[in-house]
Amino acid sequence: MQSFKFLLPIVVLTSLTVTAQSPTQYGVGRTPTAEEITQWDISISPTGEELPEGSGTADIGAQLFLEKGCAGCHGTNGTDGIAPRLVKRDVGVLENPWGYGRILPIRSPFATTVWDYINRGMPLGLEGTLLADEVYSLTAYLLYLNDVITDDQLVLNQDTLPDVKMPNEENWAQVPDWFPEEPRLRGYPY
Amino acid sequence: MSSKKTDRREFLKQGAALASGVAVGAAANTASAQLAGPETFIQGSDDMVAYGSRSRFVESKRIPHGGRHSPDTFGLDFHIATPLQEQHGVITPSSLFYMGTTRGSYLPDIDPAKHRLMIHGLVDNPLIFTMEELKRLPSVSRMHFVECAGNRANSRMTTVQETHGMTSNAEWTGVLLSTLLKEAGVKDGAEWIVAEGVESVKGASSIPMTKAMDDTLLAYAMNGEPVRPQQGFPLRMLVPGFEGIFNVKWLRRIKVVDRYYMTYNDYGHLTQDPVTAALGYQIGPKSVIVHPSGGMQLPGTGYYQVSGLAWSGGGKVARVEVTTDGGENWFDAEIRGEPQPMAHTLFAFDWDWDGSECELQSRCIDELGQIQPSRQEIGEFYETPPGERIRVRGQDNSIQPWRIHSDGSIHNAII
Repeated sequence: MQSFKFLLPIVVLTSLTVTAQSPTQYGVGRTPTAEEITQWDISISPTGEELPEGSGTADIGAQLFLEKGCAGCHGTNGTDGIAPRLVKRDVGVLENPWGYGRILPIRSPFATTVWDYINRGMPLGLEGTLLADEVYSLTAYLLYLNDVITDDQLVLNQDTLPDVKMPNEENWAQVPDWFPEEPRLRGYPY
Repeated sequence: MSSKKTDRREFLKQGAALASGVAVGAAANTASAQLAGPETFIQGSDDMVAYGSRSRFVESKRIPHGGRHSPDTFGLDFHIATPLQEQHGVITPSSLFYMGTTRGSYLPDIDPAKHRLMIHGLVDNPLIFTMEELKRLPSVSRMHFVECAGNRANSRMTTVQETHGMTSNAEWTGVLLSTLLKEAGVKDGAEWIVAEGVESVKGASSIPMTKAMDDTLLAYAMNGEPVRPQQGFPLRMLVPGFEGIFNVKWLRRIKVVDRYYMTYNDYGHLTQDPVTAALGYQIGPKSVIVHPSGGMQLPGTGYYQVSGLAWSGGGKVARVEVTTDGGENWFDAEIRGEPQPMAHTLFAFDWDWDGSECELQSRCIDELGQIQPSRQEIGEFYETPPGERIRVRGQDNSIQPWRIHSDGSIHNAII
């Protein structure tokens, strides 16, 4: 009886904890803290909902492009480096972004794709070191070089970036819904 | 008891007689001309005892694919193709498995004891797992191929390694993603996941929830040992039958989300054509004759076993057909072994070569009834005007023709 009295409070505590977190079947793994999730989560939705506070302009971005070493690999003008070209070819027809070549995510319908890639993937060897302000400015500069925005003083931030009208905003194909055990394209025999 | 003893004694006697017979024979051989053995030996070493390596006479190797050298100017590995022509059976050796990376990547050197996987987003219980914890969960071992979107053949290529070397097949062991998503509790409105690696560019891909809950696998082992660093050690995602880039390596985070996120990886699939978008997703029925194939030389007329690999992103291979006359007559090839869903399947066909010029092709029919097309059939389907170059939209699953010249040399016959 004595030991049973000792056990009782522990049982109650455990059940309380489980109720609070809603139980998993295997009870393996732990719950991350809110801080951990914030620190790990660098995904950026097309809505921009995860974009951090901060702001920048193409004017500042032009300076950063030199200071942060971008120009070292991509060339001073973003056209003549050993790393991929960052400026669209002069096709003269802004209405057909599919003629730009596969540069930046310039053909993405969302400016968030450009921001996200610079933030996660650049500069080579120093990925993840750019501050949010710097990413906004570099994004603005590259969009400016590609005529997507025309004002080098335009402030891009978490509110304005998702609203930037990309050349391909409408002109792209959604991937179809996927279901198991179905052909990859209905009506296509191959 | 006593009878058993007798039996044993008899057995020993016979054994002795047999042994002496062998000894006599051996002596006779020694006295005359025993076949010479190799003159050199592989030096024994602690390393060779601990972890074996192949013979120095075996030289099959991967090659850079797509005109960009790996490692490149920056020391980045990009695309590397497996030597299919040297492969026997359906397993790609881990050391020869094809490789592709998002942008080119330095290989992360990950201590598995420190590696974590987080699942968060639109879930009731966000979770973090250590590798040990993942290995405690119910596991599956499955054969699956992985194929790069860049596995496209053209007329300039000469060998099967160039035309088809960006696909490989292994046995993968790990936890089904559905197991983890059920643990986390997916909320209403969660239509997609975004999976992300830990490498420098942190490659991330959007995958539909229907696929994530179906057969997507988080693999910690391939071919019986931990996944190799080039394949995503210590944890990679397997999205069976989807193009290579969805199979996120060095996996550390899965975010459950409400929409397509259009990551940089996803951007690579972006197109204005809905047909191309659909065909660049789940891989179609596909096959290639590997023996014999481009660059090889038939030593003479007579019997050859024609063999190759077939696969489909839509399920199991149901049938493979082979033609030796450029597509006039098709014959069923023999399927070797039990086809597995979304896995390379071996086929073989008995053939007598009469020495005349001819063209070998194979085509795969999968369990959904999808048929691997020739380039001509693709052209006809899209009503490509005669003379205009036929464009294979999405993942290239067109039939590979190999032309045998009368001198026995074998050539890529794509026009």
